[in-house]
Amino acid sequence: MTPADRRLAVANLIVALVALFGGVTTGLFQALGYAGVEIYSSLAPVIRSHYHSLSIHGVLNALVWTTFFISGFLPFVMSRSLGTALASPTLGWVTFWLMVAGLVLAAVPLVGNAATVMFTFYPPLKAHWAFYIGLTLVVVGTWLVTLNLVLTWRAWRARHPGVRTPLPAFMSLVTFAMWTIASLGLAVEMLLVVIPWSLDLVAGTDALLARTLFWFTGHPIVYFWLLPAYLSWYTLVPRQAGGKLFSDPMARTSFILFLILSTPIGIHHQYTDPGIHQGWKLLHALLTFAVFFPSLLTFFNVVASLETAGRARGGTGWVAWFRKLPWADPSVAAQVLAMVLFAFGGIGGLINASFNVNMIVHNTAYIVGHLHLTVGTAVTLTFMGITYWLIPHLAGRPLWSHRLALGQVWLWFAGMMIFSPALHELGLRGMPRRTMIGQVSYMQPEWQTLLPLVGIGGTLLFVSAVLYFANVLLTAVVSRRVPQPAVEFAEAISGADQAPVFLDRWRPWLALAAVLIAIAYGPTLVRLAATTSFASPGFRVW
Amino acid sequence: MVTRRSTTVYLWELAWILPSFAIPVGMLAALAVAAFGAGINVTGDQGRIDPRRVAEHPLFKEPGVVEIAPGQYEVRMTARIWSFTPNEIRVPAGSTVHFWATSQDLVHGLLIPRHNINVMLLPGQISHAQARFDTPGEYPIICHEYCGIAHHTMAGKIIVEPRR
Repeated sequence: MTPADRRLAVANLIVALVALFGGVTTGLFQALGYAGVEIYSSLAPVIRSHYHSLSIHGVLNALVWTTFFISGFLPFVMSRSLGTALASPTLGWVTFWLMVAGLVLAAVPLVGNAATVMFTFYPPLKAHWAFYIGLTLVVVGTWLVTLNLVLTWRAWRARHPGVRTPLPAFMSLVTFAMWTIASLGLAVEMLLVVIPWSLDLVAGTDALLARTLFWFTGHPIVYFWLLPAYLSWYTLVPRQAGGKLFSDPMARTSFILFLILSTPIGIHHQYTDPGIHQGWKLLHALLTFAVFFPSLLTFFNVVASLETAGRARGGTGWVAWFRKLPWADPSVAAQVLAMVLFAFGGIGGLINASFNVNMIVHNTAYIVGHLHLTVGTAVTLTFMGITYWLIPHLAGRPLWSHRLALGQVWLWFAGMMIFSPALHELGLRGMPRRTMIGQVSYMQPEWQTLLPLVGIGGTLLFVSAVLYFANVLLTAVVSRRVPQPAVEFAEAISGADQAPVFLDRWRPWLALAAVLIAIAYGPTLVRLAATTSFASPGFRVW
Repeated sequence: MVTRRSTTVYLWELAWILPSFAIPVGMLAALAVAAFGAGINVTGDQGRIDPRRVAEHPLFKEPGVVEIAPGQYEVRMTARIWSFTPNEIRVPAGSTVHFWATSQDLVHGLLIPRHNINVMLLPGQISHAQARFDTPGEYPIICHEYCGIAHHTMAGKIIVEPRR
């Protein structure tokens, strides 16, 4: 871990935190809107509408906060895990500035209300070309992160032939390898379908082809956000909690399964789309359920690891050990609470993935409730927990207030416990998502009792986020300089030496992933591309 | 050398791996029963349509409601910013309604809560969905995909009349 690597991590984290601040602020506006508190008129001309605010909220939270946090955190983990500096600090900085340039390019039309197309930007809604090119540059930047990680690993491998890749480095590589494969869909959508059309080089676009390419990336992107949280749960939290990782081979197995199975399942976001035969939808349902297998392995392994920690701290019984975890440590508390809520997120995900059950929940507020348990809690609360040790370490200053951090963590948990169930239930009662509910012409009485809960829960989440930012800021500015150690990686009870060698190979797994993608997507994409006449013109209707 | 401790770990791993495999398989079986046994199915491939020439297509020349057999109705519907045509549908209770719909401009959605009608409307594609309406009453038809600044006003209604 060189000072250069450290500065690179800090730079990425700063961008991530600024994005999250913008994201939660616009999130508050959404939540209040649901509760019938009309604020948009007082936000003009900065925020022009509910949909303007919602587009900013989605892009900043889902795309920018996650991507920059991961691009800062995983190279840091990688270099510590291998005990070596990143292969190329220069490449690291080129990557960072390329991503920042892309972000600025996309942000200008976004903030200026020229890209009010949501973070999914389905054509034929037509945003300013700079929005699409900017986002594409951010994606290209993440490929350069992959390159740097691979170069770092290869240099390490040359010096350590025959040694098992340490688990945290292995997980970092799997995450970026999976993402690089998965993001090809988005890259093709941007370069061949969207960007030429946004620049008026071609007259039309095709909605279904664009959606299919988008969801090729759009489902695995949630694993790109989630796997770094898993990495922390597997390799850092057990040690922080005073225990050991239960099983290293099982952890590797589940990550390899995520590598193989994350991508060929995106059509489960398109069950209700016309133009795709039911057979392909059913195949994607089957493969999505296959991903449930590594998810259950993760659940078992992580909980078993926590159990070793709880028992090592004197806990007994079937569940009483849970109370003995170091709940006073905000980093542990944040991550364990994130795991608890993620259990519900996972169960909800199964409902979304279920071929025909999906018809009840598709595009309703249920999905919003689900997304806030997964990205909004499993990922975000875990990342907040990580920053509670990472930022003091990087800044060389102790956390400003542990008590404030603990309060923040529990407040997030409480807010989400109100916010998310209300949205799930509203969705089951048929309330659509991405809609200015306060102004709809079809308000149902059975929605009205639940809507204030969305406002209350959302407000608590916003207050929690403000406490988080305040603590981080005060740590960086006010705390005295006292070097802070980084959290050490956890040992495993069943260690890497128990894992068969084929778990440390790359080519067979990458090849298998490619074959599955070709089977799951090849025929549909070829048919869509071959039959489209790119007949849809663009519309700017916001 | 296999120690007693790692044997225990191994057995625990196995004890978890087997149900982790069995649970998704069981759920898939339940889905298959619902899809093929109960016939609860999702929309499929109904072919392409030119979004600029929707009105020339035989199915959408005259949007509206047609009785195709006793108790069987067909709704031919087009969507555009920010309206459905037709936007009011009347059928007697106990009817099965087949929706055929497409979009003339953007991505829209067609949602009738609690009736298994939930389908995306894409320009260039024809969507199909069907459901039985047994209980008299008035139900909203909602566009559930963001389609611009007045998206929240895009709605219609289906009025299920008591059987005479």
